[in-house]
Order: sequence, then structure tokens, then C-alpha cells
Amino acid sequence: MLRFLSGRLLRAAMTIAMVVTFAFVVLRMSGDPAQIIMGADAPPEAVEAFRAAWGLDQPIWLQYFHYFGAILSGDLGRSMRDGRDAIVLVAERVPATLALTLPALLIKVGLGVPAGIFAALHRNSLVDRIVMMLAVAGFTVPSFVLGLVLVLVFAVQLGWLPSGGQESWRHAILPVVTLGVGGAAVLARFTRSAMLEVLGQPYIRTASAKGVPWRLVVTGHALPNAAIPTVTIIGFMVGSLIAGAVVVESVFSWPGVGRLLVVAVGNRDLAVVQCILLLVAATMVCANLVVDLLYGLLDPRLRSAPTRAGG
Amino acid sequence: MNPAAPLVELRDLRVAFDGQAALRGLDLAVAPGEAVGMVGESGCGKSVTWLAALGLLPSCAQVSGSVRLGGQELLGASPAVLDRMRGGRIAMIFQDPASSLNPVHRIGRQVEEALRLHRGLSGAPVRAEAKRLLDQVGIPDAARRLHAYPHELSGGQNQRVMIAIALAGRPELLVADEPTTALDVTIQAQILDLLQSLRRETGMALVLITHDLGVVAETCERVAVMYAGRIVEEAPASSLFAAPSHPYTRGLLAALPPMDGPRRRLASIAGGVPEPWAMPPGCAFAPRCGERVGGCDAAAPVAVSVGEAHRAACIRATVSAMIEERLSA
Amino acid sequence: MTTGTTPLLEARGLVRSYAARRGPWGRATEVRAVDGVSLAVQPGRTLGLVGESGCGKSTTGRLLLGMEAPDGGVVSFEGQPLPAPGSAAWRAQRARMQMVFQDPLGALDRRLPIGAQVAEPLEIHRIGAAAERSGRVEELLNAVGLRGDHAARYPHELSGGQRQRAVLARALAMAPALLVCDEPISALDVSIQAQVMNLLVELQERFGMGMVFVSHDLRAVRQVSHRVAVMYLGRIVEEGEPDAVLHAPAHPYTQALVSAIPHPGRAGRRLMLQGDPPNPADRPSGCAFHPRCPVARPLCAREAPVLKAGGADGRLVACHVTQGAVPAGAGLPAMRKAA
Repeated sequence: MLRFLSGRLLRAAMTIAMVVTFAFVVLRMSGDPAQIIMGADAPPEAVEAFRAAWGLDQPIWLQYFHYFGAILSGDLGRSMRDGRDAIVLVAERVPATLALTLPALLIKVGLGVPAGIFAALHRNSLVDRIVMMLAVAGFTVPSFVLGLVLVLVFAVQLGWLPSGGQESWRHAILPVVTLGVGGAAVLARFTRSAMLEVLGQPYIRTASAKGVPWRLVVTGHALPNAAIPTVTIIGFMVGSLIAGAVVVESVFSWPGVGRLLVVAVGNRDLAVVQCILLLVAATMVCANLVVDLLYGLLDPRLRSAPTRAGG
Repeated sequence: MNPAAPLVELRDLRVAFDGQAALRGLDLAVAPGEAVGMVGESGCGKSVTWLAALGLLPSCAQVSGSVRLGGQELLGASPAVLDRMRGGRIAMIFQDPASSLNPVHRIGRQVEEALRLHRGLSGAPVRAEAKRLLDQVGIPDAARRLHAYPHELSGGQNQRVMIAIALAGRPELLVADEPTTALDVTIQAQILDLLQSLRRETGMALVLITHDLGVVAETCERVAVMYAGRIVEEAPASSLFAAPSHPYTRGLLAALPPMDGPRRRLASIAGGVPEPWAMPPGCAFAPRCGERVGGCDAAAPVAVSVGEAHRAACIRATVSAMIEERLSA
Repeated sequence: MTTGTTPLLEARGLVRSYAARRGPWGRATEVRAVDGVSLAVQPGRTLGLVGESGCGKSTTGRLLLGMEAPDGGVVSFEGQPLPAPGSAAWRAQRARMQMVFQDPLGALDRRLPIGAQVAEPLEIHRIGAAAERSGRVEELLNAVGLRGDHAARYPHELSGGQRQRAVLARALAMAPALLVCDEPISALDVSIQAQVMNLLVELQERFGMGMVFVSHDLRAVRQVSHRVAVMYLGRIVEEGEPDAVLHAPAHPYTQALVSAIPHPGRAGRRLMLQGDPPNPADRPSGCAFHPRCPVARPLCAREAPVLKAGGADGRLVACHVTQGAVPAGAGLPAMRKAA
């Protein structure tokens, strides 16, 4: 068990390191932060001074070295725009993002999973086909298109809901719906296949042959087995709680982490971008780890190898 | 055959999937405590018969005819009636024990589920009874096995667990669908032996579905041979092997490699089983039959008596029966 | 068994182990699938290998063909040791030895018609001109009981028996000297099994190939084999003429195996074997069969018996009791409980 965990943690750390390194290199190669932040008409001496102050004139490997050292001692750098600690900046925005992604997750699971189960139980019926059609529409339409369409209909035409900003809870409705629909569609489709596969297994027939009422066969026998692959997908959705709202936050001008990321990249505000990416990578990796452990919990076959030969 | 009080009676049972007939009119009666074997090759409908009788076929299957359990009609019965009957009066076990048990439930839980449903037990008595059942089917260290998962047991042990679950409801009939096909031959012997002793202990009837003639010879009192959705011959086991009447039965017996005697070419049946969409008119076996005559293609032969409780669906049997009738008239 | 002829295939002291892990956080253990197997196949004769799950017969079949290299022992074909798997010499030798598997659908490529698959060995080994090949394919199809027009059909358009015939035709394309059949009839219907058994015997008589017939079905093995070897947990426990082994089995395991065969018209009661087939990863000490053996003695738990000649009928048995080293015991119930 220990060996398993330590192996996974090591790989997790490596993944995070790779993500951060990638961001580091790409950001520095794609533009001069000093120039962008200071503005196009700043005097060259000021730009130079800025560079020196932030250590941007050093060779890239040295900058990397310093950065890594800083991370390991807990310092994630400071924003080049206003000098505040990057991690503080990001932490301020996290609640706003969660205010969108958590309700969206509830929609994804609360709508998607039951829809998928229902479709599987009524396979090939009219309801099944409608649900699946909606699901395909849901995950093929890009989130910004959906978001803009919703804004057009509900904010512009009908005027029921606001189109952007974060003033009241009503402002959250459209972004949450936009986020939730795509994920619900994916889950619906996935849950349906998982259920169909399980329902075709011999042990379902055994349960019916035992005299178990159909309702109980579905809830007691089929669902626990169908949950195994479904939980992994939900696990990944949990992993993207922080990172998953970038587009939506931009469309709805919602001041969350995603929006901050877009702005920071535009500004080449290196420390902030790297901090966000580090956070996102860490969340994803944790979610992966939890999913792996959960898998072992849900499926007893993974806990021990078979000890008997066939026959 | 005891027509006086059959336990289960199937009459003109027909099953079709998407218009393709899988079962084309089956008549069978099982007496209380009797052991009946249903033998046939792939596609003959032997499993479909009992899946249809217990209402376990998917809803897209078209089932017609009559299945009476002690006077009650099962086809088209309400789900509540069917749930009570399944496991409580007729139990069924299947071919691949490893995948016929729920992989995420412990063995004890699966046995107890049947006990709760059909014997109305709960609490400590349930656990005790589950252990007693596992002991009865010969699982060593039963108390510990209750906490095991199916993948931790061997195929033979899983099949014993299936039998224990089937017994939990104290059924009057156990339908065993190829219960030993996936098992090694020494384990097969153990399982068949177990079924025999359980029958003696509980007096329950047994329907054994298999493709292995040797298995029914040892276990069953009466045998029904099926081909392409119909019963072509039905007889007491001893009569069937001593004096098989239908050419298909004779072909099957001749195709078995002998245990002694000189090695000679096996008398195999030419050709293969017809596909459901290409069923010959008349007798389905005619294209492969060595004794075919013109009348075989005209209509499917009806089963006639060829001996003591021995019936065969073959035109030759019909003709001999008619001749005998004439002679005795 | 005719003495004085060089065996077509000879195996001596074959050993094959696999590394296995008990669970995601268990220790690595070594599983001995084959543990010291020696046998010989004469040209034009069939050796039957019988046993249940976990006995190692399929692994032995693969070792005999050279598809895996043994961890110990040597396999000689026509007097020469087999080249290493995957080498050029090994590939060239494929023309001389072929395998037939249990699942005919899995053994055939779903996307190619039968004719193309039967012709493939000819193309690979560059036999004959392209024009002659279709003639040879038709010849092969006819030899296995298929018609020439079957060459254009795809595997899913044929029945199970026809597919197995196609696999045989492909195996015969190179006129191999040795054919190893691993459960070739288990997946087929009873009437088709008889057809394929007849076909195998006929092909052997016609083409003179040596054959190894691996199966769990003693009746089928008796039908096609000239010599039978019974395997248990990676070792041969008995070997002899089929009728001798079947009618007068010497080893307690063979006795139980024979007595377990269901057969119409057979009255008597059986020798019931307790317990489950053993797990190769949990090998019992001494004689691997002793936990389930009805006549086991303490010696059997300590020392593994050696396969030796026993009796005048050319029989080989590996059993202390049968060899007379100890009188028959009453079994070792303590061992059995733990099994």
C-alpha cells in the first residue's frame, strides 16, 4: 500500500513540475512582460529598470532555478502589475469561481446521472432517443456559444436575467447553467453506456431469477456496478472545479480565477499565471489520486488478485 | 410422465426474437420430484424455453403459449407474481458461475438476499441459515466464505454458491442451465453429485439443460432431445440410450467417441444446424437426415408414441404407429 | 510406441515459470506452469495431452512449438534444438510446425476472406508462383471438407465447424511435419466435434504429420491419439496407450478423471475427488496431488515422485503408491481440509 501511494505521489509531483516548467518557458518566450506592463510608450530606461527589478534580464535557466527554489520555500512570487503576492491574488478569486463551479457540478451530477440511468432503462424508446439527442447537443455546442445564446435570449431579448458581473445571486444563474449543461450531457451519455453494459451482464439475470423485484435489481445490483466507471468521470469533473470556468467567466465577466488567468496571460504577469497553473495542476492530480483510491474501494476485484485457479 | 399432477406444464410454447422463431411449439410436463434432461446443440432453444417460462427474456421477445405452475398461468402474470415465483417455487442457475454472481456484493449478502425475499427471515437467523446453506452445498469453511467476494472463489465453488442461493427459497423445481459446462470434469462430477443428493434431501424436481448426453444419462430420469426449436424425442433415459428412435438422437449418440472398442471413424451428422431465418419447410432435421423421405419436407412431424412413455417427432415413427394401429384394429 | 525411430519432436525436462503478483500490494511469486515435462512425438503419430485447468497443458503445447522459450530443459525437432522464438531460423521453421487453437473465430482475421488467409503461409514462405497458389488453396479447402467457393467467404459467414476447418486448411498449407492442436473441438457442437475428429485422423493418415492433441476431454483424446499423457499441476503423472490409461488407470488422479467422465450406459459409482483443481501459485509440497489423493501417505507430502516405467504395457506413472514404494494409505485429510 505504501509503495503504491508513494509511487503515485512521486508521479503526481512530476506532473505538476512539468506543467509549471512548460508554462514558465512558454510565457517567457512569447513576449516581453516588461514592455507589455510598462506600456508601449514607456522610456527604454524605465523598461530596463523594470526588467532588472524583476530579474527578467537574467538567463532563463537562472530565473527557473530561482523560481523553483522559491516555490519549495513557499514563495510563489508576486504580481508584476501591483506587487501583491500572487498566491493572495489567486486565493481572493477562488471563492468566486467556486460559487460557479460547485453549483454547476451539482447540476452535472444531479441532471446527467439520472438522465443517463433513465435512458438506459428505457433503451431505444422515444424518451431515450430524445435524451440522447439533447445530450449530444449539450456537449457538442461550445460553452461560449451556449453562454452567448443564453445571454442573447434571457438578458437581451427577455430581460429576465443580467448579462454579466457579480452583483447578485441572479447574476450567477446563466453562467452556472452554461457550465452545468455541457457536463450534464457528457455524464448522461456516459452513465447510459455504463448502465447498459452492466444490465447486459449475467449477474443481473441471476438477480431477476432469484425473484428480486426489478426496482431493486436496478438500485441494488446494477447501480453499484455502473457507479464504478461513472465515479471516475465525476472525479475528473471535481478536479476541474478551479480551472473549468475560464471561458464562461470571460463571457459573463465573472471575477473568478479563470478571468484572472486570462488577464494575467495577456499581461505576461508571470508569477500569477504560474501560480494559477500550479494550483490547477495540483487539484487535477489530487482528484486523479482520489479517483484511483475510490476505484479500489468500489471494485473489490481490484483489491486482491484472485487466489484460485479456474475450474 | 405423470399427467395426473404435473408440477410445471408447458404447452405450445413459442418464442420469437425480431420475427425469428427460436422456439417453435414446445410441449413438456415436469412431475414433482422428477429429473428431466433437455439436450440439444447450440440454437436448439433449450435455454430459451426456461428463460421464457420464468419471464426472464427481454421485453422485445415475443412469447406465446402456456406455462402453468401447479395450475397458475405464468405467461403474462404480473411482476409481483413472477418475483414471488422466481426463486420461491422455481429457481434457475446458469452456465458461467464466475460472471453470474454480482462482483461487488459479498457471497453472504447474495445468499441472504434470497433468504430475505422468500423465507421472510431477517437479522441473526438469516446469517445462520446462509451459513447452513453453504455447508449443505459443500463449501468448506463456510463461515469465512460468507465474507468473501465471488472473484476470490473458484468456478466450482461459485457454482455451489449459486446452488445455495437457488435452494434458499426452497423451490419445488430447479432449472440448471448448463451448470457444469464451464467447469473441469472432476468438478463437474462433484456438482452433479451434489445436485443428486440435494434432490434426494429436498425432493425438488430438476430440469438439467446441457449439450452433453453423458451428463443426462447419469443424472436424469427422463430426457427431451431438442433440435431447432422443437422437441424431437422424449423418453425415459434408459429407453433413449438403449433404443433411440429419432435419427437426430441416433446421430448424436453415434457421434460420441466410444470409451472402448476399436477406434473407428465416428458416425457424424453431416451439415450443420439451420439458421433461424433459413428454416427448412417441414422437418427441420430433414436436410441432414440419412433416412429422409419425400414426406419429410411437407410438414413438421408431430410427436407420436414409440414406446412406453417414449415419443418421437419423426415421420417414420408416425407411419409405424399408424401401421400398428391398423394391425391392432 | 515404436522403438528405434527418431522421434519427430522430443522434449526433456521442460520448465516454464511466470512471475505473478498477489494483489496490487503483494509480493511477487513465481508460478511454475510447467515443472519438468519430458515427452516425445513420433512421426505420423498423435500424442494426447490431457488435464484440467492449471495443469500446464496449453503452456506445454506452446513450448513444444517453440512459441515460448522454456526456462529449463530443451525441445528438439527432427533432432535439432528449436531456435529462439522470433529469430529468422524460427520463422523459417514455422513452415514445418503449426498450431490449431480453441477459438476458430479468434484465430482467423475478421477482415480477410478465408481463401486469402489460407494462401497467406504460401505467400510468406514464397512457395510456388502466385498463379499456382489459388489452385493449391482450393486443393487445401477440399482436403478439409470445404468447397472452393468458400474461399471468398469471411469468417463470420461460416459456421463454427467450417471455421475450424479453414484454420486446419491454413495450418496444412505448408505441409507441416507437426501439428499442435490446443483444445481444437471444445468450442464446437457435439456433431461437429465428431466431424473435426474424423478430419484430424484422416489428415494425419493422408499427410503423415505428427500431432499433439491437447484437451480436457479424455474421450476425444482416446479417439485421435496413439499415446496419452495425463498432466497435473505442471507435471506428467501418467503416460501410456490410450486404452490402457482409460480402462486401467494406474495413477489415482487418472482414476478419478476417468471415473468422472459422464457416459451414457455407464452405471457404477464414481471416484469422487474432493476439493478444487490446485492453484499453480500455491504448489503443495512433495507430490502435487497429495492433498486430494485418496491413497496418499506421509511420504507423498515430502517427496515428489518421479515418472517411471510401471507395468509391462509401456506405461509410465509418477506415484509412490503405484510404484510400490509405500502401501496405499487412506489419504491425508489434514491436507485436504486446507486445500
